Amino acid sequence: MVVGQNVLRQEGYEKLTGAARYVDDIVLDRMLYGKTIRSQIARGRIKSITFDPAYDWSRIVIADHRDIPGQNYVALIENDQPLLAASEIRHCEEPILLIAAESKAEVEEAARHIRIEYEELPPVLTIEEALCGAQIIYGTDNLFKQFLIARGDVEEGFRQADRIIEGEYRVPHQEQLYIEPQGMIAIPGDGKMTIMGSMQCPYYVHKALKPIFNLSDEQVIVIQTTTGGGFGGKEEYPSMIAAHAALLAYKARRPVKLIYDRAEDIAATTKRHPGIIRHRTGVRRDGRLVASEIEIVLDGGAYVTLTPVVLSRGAIHALGPYRCDNIRITARAVATNTPPNGAFRGFGAPQVTFAYEMQMEKIAAELGLDPLQVRRINMLREGDITATGQRLVWSVGSEEVLNAAVERSDYLNKRRLIAAQNEEASRQRSQQKRRGLGLSFFFHGAGFTGSGEAKMKAQAGVEITPEGRARILSAATEIGQGTRTIFCQIVAAELGVSFDEVEIEEPDTSRVPDSGPTVASRTCMIVGRVVQLAAREVKEKLLRFVAERYGAPEVKLLEGEFIAAGRRLAGLGEMAREYIAQHGELRAYARYASPPGIEWDEETYAGDAYPVYSWGADVAEVEIDLDTYEVTVLKITTAQDVGRAIHPILAAGQIEGGTLQAVGYGLLEELVWDRGRIVNNRLTNYLIPTSLDAPEIETIIVEKEYPYGPFGAKGVGELPMDGAAPAIAAAVFNATGVLVTEIPLTPERLLVALEKAEGR
Amino acid sequence: MKISFQVNGQLREIEAPPMKRLLDVLREDLRLTGTKEGCGEGECGACSVMVAGEVVNSCLVPVCQVQGCQILTVEALARDGRLDPLQQAFLECGGAQCGICTPGMLIAARALLDANPHPTREEIKEAIAGNLCRCTGYIKIIDAIEQAASRA
Repeated sequence: MVVGQNVLRQEGYEKLTGAARYVDDIVLDRMLYGKTIRSQIARGRIKSITFDPAYDWSRIVIADHRDIPGQNYVALIENDQPLLAASEIRHCEEPILLIAAESKAEVEEAARHIRIEYEELPPVLTIEEALCGAQIIYGTDNLFKQFLIARGDVEEGFRQADRIIEGEYRVPHQEQLYIEPQGMIAIPGDGKMTIMGSMQCPYYVHKALKPIFNLSDEQVIVIQTTTGGGFGGKEEYPSMIAAHAALLAYKARRPVKLIYDRAEDIAATTKRHPGIIRHRTGVRRDGRLVASEIEIVLDGGAYVTLTPVVLSRGAIHALGPYRCDNIRITARAVATNTPPNGAFRGFGAPQVTFAYEMQMEKIAAELGLDPLQVRRINMLREGDITATGQRLVWSVGSEEVLNAAVERSDYLNKRRLIAAQNEEASRQRSQQKRRGLGLSFFFHGAGFTGSGEAKMKAQAGVEITPEGRARILSAATEIGQGTRTIFCQIVAAELGVSFDEVEIEEPDTSRVPDSGPTVASRTCMIVGRVVQLAAREVKEKLLRFVAERYGAPEVKLLEGEFIAAGRRLAGLGEMAREYIAQHGELRAYARYASPPGIEWDEETYAGDAYPVYSWGADVAEVEIDLDTYEVTVLKITTAQDVGRAIHPILAAGQIEGGTLQAVGYGLLEELVWDRGRIVNNRLTNYLIPTSLDAPEIETIIVEKEYPYGPFGAKGVGELPMDGAAPAIAAAVFNATGVLVTEIPLTPERLLVALEKAEGR
Repeated sequence: MKISFQVNGQLREIEAPPMKRLLDVLREDLRLTGTKEGCGEGECGACSVMVAGEVVNSCLVPVCQVQGCQILTVEALARDGRLDPLQQAFLECGGAQCGICTPGMLIAARALLDANPHPTREEIKEAIAGNLCRCTGYIKIIDAIEQAASRA
């Protein structure tokens, strides 16, 4: 069967030859080049906009908020973010004006002749400033959203505890840094607006465009071009860029291309939410958790955007993959005058994972236990209850992943060996290298949180062409992770035809149904399942047709041939042609339905938060140079339970790539801010891991099949992003005896932490 | 200014301002869009091409500097619709995900294998250190280059 095989990537040829068309590779007739003019202040009002009278503006298309024919907002959860600021400015880089010209050079030149004056107000720039409330910038308390998850009796739990351990952990912004910058082309005409560009979610763009231009579903057409990475960064922000390009195109009545350069992309688009997470944990002497109080505060930035759902995922994952009967988790998201934070692989989970895993390290150290033992004694197993009261009934690979990572990395022996080596190194004063080995254990709920999938009812279709080829109709996008390949594998396996006989329609809202966004580790598990059901439906239609046609009761489809009682009746193509001749088309759509027994209470935040979880364990080995305080990650051994790997190489590619992105999060990536503006908005000074920073990664794929995923598959996209940063910090703790509670673990931060520990 | 050079074995003559970036000349004047722009300041390597056998970031090279040079871009690798061994290895090993770094990565790898047909993994890492990839964790790219070398 083709599922589980490493077939060649469906669009691989185009990508390897340079033939794949990314948005910036497309040039249209009469196309103009657009540019966004942005706020230079963090908070205030626009006083005046001056167009240099000495400059020839006749060649420039200019659009501001007054040119918007419909509503001035980018539709998302709250619709509070304007497409173009009218007067009030809430963050640096907020879009104010749009201009377009015949060439990139000309539009850049024109931008230099626009002067905007502001009346500045004191901005709120940090979580602390937002909470203190000296300036109110949102509602009455600067809070975008808050959640409470409570179960059992926390006070009673603390009374039963032998020890109460507290910790505060801080996590930073992180830039997605897809290598292809954001970009869109808008094409006006015939009462329609067509968008082509780099995106994860064509139907998000579609939804956003309609109210801005007062257009109907059919009048907005959104087509995804080959997309050079997303990681969440191309989830919601592309709606803004598409609408900007469309507004210029609408005004100019010509196609407009709007491509960000790297500096603009880093400065203006969304980041991972930074946060402060406090733990107060009641434990027994043997390490068992008896009470857990967790307080999460995330910085949402200037507009609501996706913050409530990031916060909710963070809150639900905050206790980690551990059992505790008495819990209280409070989660708040604040408004600040910084560019809105948004989706980034992991979506709230990497933040809380760093915190709960550091807390486990702290508990182990304070109780004098091995950190592995503390994880094991608290680990969620099949039949256990999660923080939201969900009983885990299927596909729980917790023990398997932890055991696999521990055994494969030789964790126990290596910890002993490293301790001896470090002791020897301390005796020889010339030896300034120390090693450390640390582990992390984590889980990730796949699909939308709570009742999201039940409400969305994602749709996908499969049709059989007159040539007898299967074609998949889905809005799930290929962003490098392998959507096209695994969907074709799923359909080939379901229909019993070869991989080469399946093709996939381009994500184009005029041709494919709304499968929901390509986010939340939902593409394989949720949309892949719907695609599988659609294939099953189309196959059954055809089987019924053939059975009737030949008067044969038991017809099977095997390798493209219809067989009854061991006899070949006809080929798939032949029957498809006959069916299409009679019925017009051979196509079936399916919708997602939650597995039986899944219940979620939005009011109390209790119940089945996700249909299933994926599980992971990382062991990181590091070397620290005590002269330079540089941390080198030598190796990460990671075991991840993904249900079933439809394509093992692609699954491993997700795990390795996500793990390295998390190495960046833990060690390197740090934004530098000055009065609400990112100062290091360049690849020269915002550092992501290069091949020389990349450790050896040994990946162990664990397959605990999920009965409601396609061929047993669960989510894999985000899980690997959760584990590496805490594993590295645990390894640094092992090497130095100092638990660093804030990432990234830069040499500067490590120096300060070590000197503080030594009492200097 | 009139400038002539060879691109992928073909003589090309163009009229361009001398300081126009080689990247823009390739992408705009010659419509060779396989070469990508990721940062515009020589950090990401997505625009890597070979000039006279050396890997350069074409976003940092003014076109006046390539007068009379041989330039190689990703478009030259496949012949008659058939992938070359390096591309084939990337395809089989999972060395390309989103694909945006792939053309530059292939050029860096090609230059390495031309100079050192059987590199170690460390030498491969060194050779692609100027080419950023955000998808793969580099593991499968290194695997692919190793596989191509072993088949050569």
